[in-house]
Amino acid sequence: MGQGIAQILVFVAILIAAAYAFSAYMARVFADDSGFLTRGRLRFLGAPERGFFRAIGDKTAKEQTWKEYAAHLLGFSFLFVLLLYAIQRLQGHLFLNPQHMVGVSDFISFNTAASFLTNTNWQYYAGESTMSYLTQMAGLAVQNFVSAAVGIAAMIALFRGFTRRESGTVGNFWRDLYRALVYVLLPLALVASVILIAAGVPQTFAHYATVHTLGGGTQTIARGPVASQIAIKHLGTNGGGFYNSNSAVPFEGPGSFGGYFELFLELLIPFASVFLFGRLIRGMRNAVAIFVSMFILFSVGVGTVYAAEQHGSPVLRKSGVNITTSAQQTGGNMTDKEVRFGIAESAIFENGTTVTSTGAVISGHDAYTPLGGGVLLTNIFLGEIIFGGVGSGMYGILFIIVLAVFVAGLMVGRTPEYLGKKIEAREVKLAALGALFSAVLILVLTAAAVVTKSGLASIYNPGAHGFTEALYAYTSQGGNNGSAFAGYGGTPFSAYLGGIDMLFARFVPMIAALALAGSLARKRLVPASAGTFRTDGGTFVAVLVGMIIFTAGLMLLPALFLGPIVEGLMH
Amino acid sequence: MIRRILVASVVSIFLCTVVFGFAYPVLMTGIGQAAFPSQANGSLIHYNGRVVGSTLAAQLFSSPGTFHERPSATSPAYNAAFTTFANLGPTNPALATLVATNAKAVLKLEQPYNPGLTIHQIPVDAVTPSASGIDPDISLAYAQLQAPRVAAVRNLSLAAVETLIHQNTDGRWLGFFGEPGVNVVKLNLALIKLGGT
Repeated sequence: MGQGIAQILVFVAILIAAAYAFSAYMARVFADDSGFLTRGRLRFLGAPERGFFRAIGDKTAKEQTWKEYAAHLLGFSFLFVLLLYAIQRLQGHLFLNPQHMVGVSDFISFNTAASFLTNTNWQYYAGESTMSYLTQMAGLAVQNFVSAAVGIAAMIALFRGFTRRESGTVGNFWRDLYRALVYVLLPLALVASVILIAAGVPQTFAHYATVHTLGGGTQTIARGPVASQIAIKHLGTNGGGFYNSNSAVPFEGPGSFGGYFELFLELLIPFASVFLFGRLIRGMRNAVAIFVSMFILFSVGVGTVYAAEQHGSPVLRKSGVNITTSAQQTGGNMTDKEVRFGIAESAIFENGTTVTSTGAVISGHDAYTPLGGGVLLTNIFLGEIIFGGVGSGMYGILFIIVLAVFVAGLMVGRTPEYLGKKIEAREVKLAALGALFSAVLILVLTAAAVVTKSGLASIYNPGAHGFTEALYAYTSQGGNNGSAFAGYGGTPFSAYLGGIDMLFARFVPMIAALALAGSLARKRLVPASAGTFRTDGGTFVAVLVGMIIFTAGLMLLPALFLGPIVEGLMH
Repeated sequence: MIRRILVASVVSIFLCTVVFGFAYPVLMTGIGQAAFPSQANGSLIHYNGRVVGSTLAAQLFSSPGTFHERPSATSPAYNAAFTTFANLGPTNPALATLVATNAKAVLKLEQPYNPGLTIHQIPVDAVTPSASGIDPDISLAYAQLQAPRVAAVRNLSLAAVETLIHQNTDGRWLGFFGEPGVNVVKLNLALIKLGGT
């Protein structure tokens, strides 16, 4: 395992350095006084930005209250989702459909539209056999950009709650959206696409290739405008693949390179966002404390999954085949894993994809060991706040921080405050709503799915593992993750239930974050005193890690007993 | 306010779709087709004037003179137009049956060329379905297990076959990240080019 551990450590070191550097760029893009992209040498960029504001009828990019910000965000999102639904239903009659895909069924279209709008990218369909090129590139991939940018916008608005004082406004939604799209996501996507193509990801409008195999048969090879979609799929922590088996397919995750490169793309902005917070609040030590808390939980997850998968699954250990690591093979639980990735790369990738709400996979989670799969499930259930999705991870962790500061304040008997802002009843209520809403929703919907006949019809594997499939499905959709214990099937019932799960779990916490932003921005700054609870040291890290585990973790525990824990103990 | 939201949203939706839905993928296709035409079209392999496969997709090899791929859960096997996991849980009896069946088949095929071969020497990737169903790679261990059979059937020396295995092994990325894998399509093509059956 030494070589595997070395890979993981080197990768993480490079990632942290890159994210720290990138956060400086993001800070310049999003700072309130930011003008570097529209003045000086880069002032040519100002023209399209001004043109955009003229086109949408908001010439001055007027500052918005949190309610206006939220209204614009919701209006934009829900009008956009109608278009995505329509494209899927009508794709059979539209252009860019060389494989003659028929219109997508109503329940799959609903689930998929909700899925991509909410940055989840749960896939109740197999991309290469369901979606036309038009749907993939002009429907799904567009939402990959947009849903990620909406998340970033909400995060930046919440950051302003801390950086502004006695202000009635939290920024302008359209400016934040534009800057996230054009200055952050697009340039990265352009570079990443080219690299992916060079590595072997197809990028063509030609129809699928038919080849005459060496063994004398024929084989159809699915291809299309893949690389452009895959680049943003990772950068935006979306995760929805062009192919059914996602990045496990060599065309989507080519070579040993593919897994690590795509993981780099999906962790870059979430890692950078923590440092971005530090830069914007001018308190990097606070951000580092948050980063360390997240990193501790991330490391525990990676280590556990790696060890569990390398140890092998119960069935494989009993089977008698050789699962020992050697110079000639990786060994371990290779069911639904690819040779070029092996165990180490799969373990860190699947941890990265579940903590960040990405949901892209390079191996099949349904086949993971009870312990390994249980960790992946827990990563999501904790609320996608261990780095978390693009934007949503940071506002998610700030809910937990508000709660942590509140609890710590109760213990020492002082009015809680964070970064000079008093935390009062309204803030605590909003934070509790944001932090707990998804967890409650997930448990209620899982219950609905395992007590109804129509819900049970979606389960594939027998026994406790089947329960875990259902729990994972609603956790993944409720965490806006999108990875799956993929045996779980798309019946109309589970597709509609999942769609509702995704929509509420995305927008209720997001609105809570904006309300919190509005409430904090209005406040005066309280000067720090000797009695202020420090939020930049080891004590705070301990409090925060504890709070993450106690808020969602304890709610999940009973369900974990019914699923992965029982499965693990029985074998 | 509602009218302003509607106008701004509709205009933005239009612009986003034009820029990210069309301009961006079209630009990338142009760059990809110009700079990396082979990769951009699916890494297809041409041999004797025909397209015989892709280096990135496993295909069915069943004759004894070829290296065999990992098991595939797609329907039919190695379907590169409908990839899928097997989705069999780690304690599912169906997985136990599948692994046992696959192991039996490997033993039956390889034992004549590997006297004394037992199930304990069968590498795990030889009997487990891959994640994509079209994993083009097998472990070095599985390739070495198959080498005596291929050498015998093709009337080649074991050393010659082992050399081909090493020539068609994709190492770790930068020699460090991920795991090495023997690309079965490339390897079998190399064998065919060498002549024989």
